[in-house]
Amino acid sequence: MISLDLIRDILSWALFLTGGAAVVTGAIGIVRFPDFYTRLHAAGITDTAGAELLLLGMMLQAPSWLVVAKLVFVGFFLFMTSPVSTHAIAHAAWVVGLRPMLGSDLKREGDAQ
Amino acid sequence: MVRTTVLALALAGLWLLLSGYFDNSLLLGFGAASVALCVFLAHRAGVLDDEGVPTGLMPRVFGYWFWLFIEIGKANIVVARQALAIEPKLSPKLLKIVSPTRTNAGLATFANSITLTPGTVTVDLEPGYMVVHALTEALADEAAIDDMGRRVAALERRDNSGGGER
Repeated sequence: MISLDLIRDILSWALFLTGGAAVVTGAIGIVRFPDFYTRLHAAGITDTAGAELLLLGMMLQAPSWLVVAKLVFVGFFLFMTSPVSTHAIAHAAWVVGLRPMLGSDLKREGDAQ
Repeated sequence: MVRTTVLALALAGLWLLLSGYFDNSLLLGFGAASVALCVFLAHRAGVLDDEGVPTGLMPRVFGYWFWLFIEIGKANIVVARQALAIEPKLSPKLLKIVSPTRTNAGLATFANSITLTPGTVTVDLEPGYMVVHALTEALADEAAIDDMGRRVAALERRDNSGGGER
């Protein structure tokens, strides 16, 4: 007989590992992508999949429903605020005139041919 | 009146779940007083409108979030594959997206949904359209983004009783 605790541990371990992998993938993307705007997309993996999967894993390990509710609030507020902060920095870069690299050859507007 | 009630209920729920006190009447009284104070201040500051308490989107927005969660999951896989590829094949693109939404709350929901989905970021809002940066050709799928916009526009109440028209 497999106990419920074991199933819970296995599920939360799987969520922690995939969430951790998502955070690391986002970090790798930030290092490897070529310019500011493409790096924002890599940071998006850490913001969404990374944070939410780790929170789900924590919910499975929570000792009471009140703790689950608090973790749901954390997830909800992250879900609401992370696009606002991402847009704030993207818009700031856009307004000061940083132009993105475009196309598969990654050319910036006005680059030497 | 509806907005005041929704805000008061949401704040009361937040207070109860964060504090965990359900049977201490003195503390519950303090909680009720702080909720009342917050609602009064929000009313006085004039933020009880369609932007502060977007009840116009509310009943249907929960189903939309569930759909958005799945879309975010799919987009995450695409971007993660590029981040880990030996030779990432990026072809960033700027898109002009015309928002079908009519209210400010709807526009904010649409723009934030685009940003929240990895691979697309809203970089600028201009009157009439928004500028979206996409990571690859596959992610720069205007039809899919327009579909998302239609879903957000469908959340907006048709009679538009709360005002907030753009």
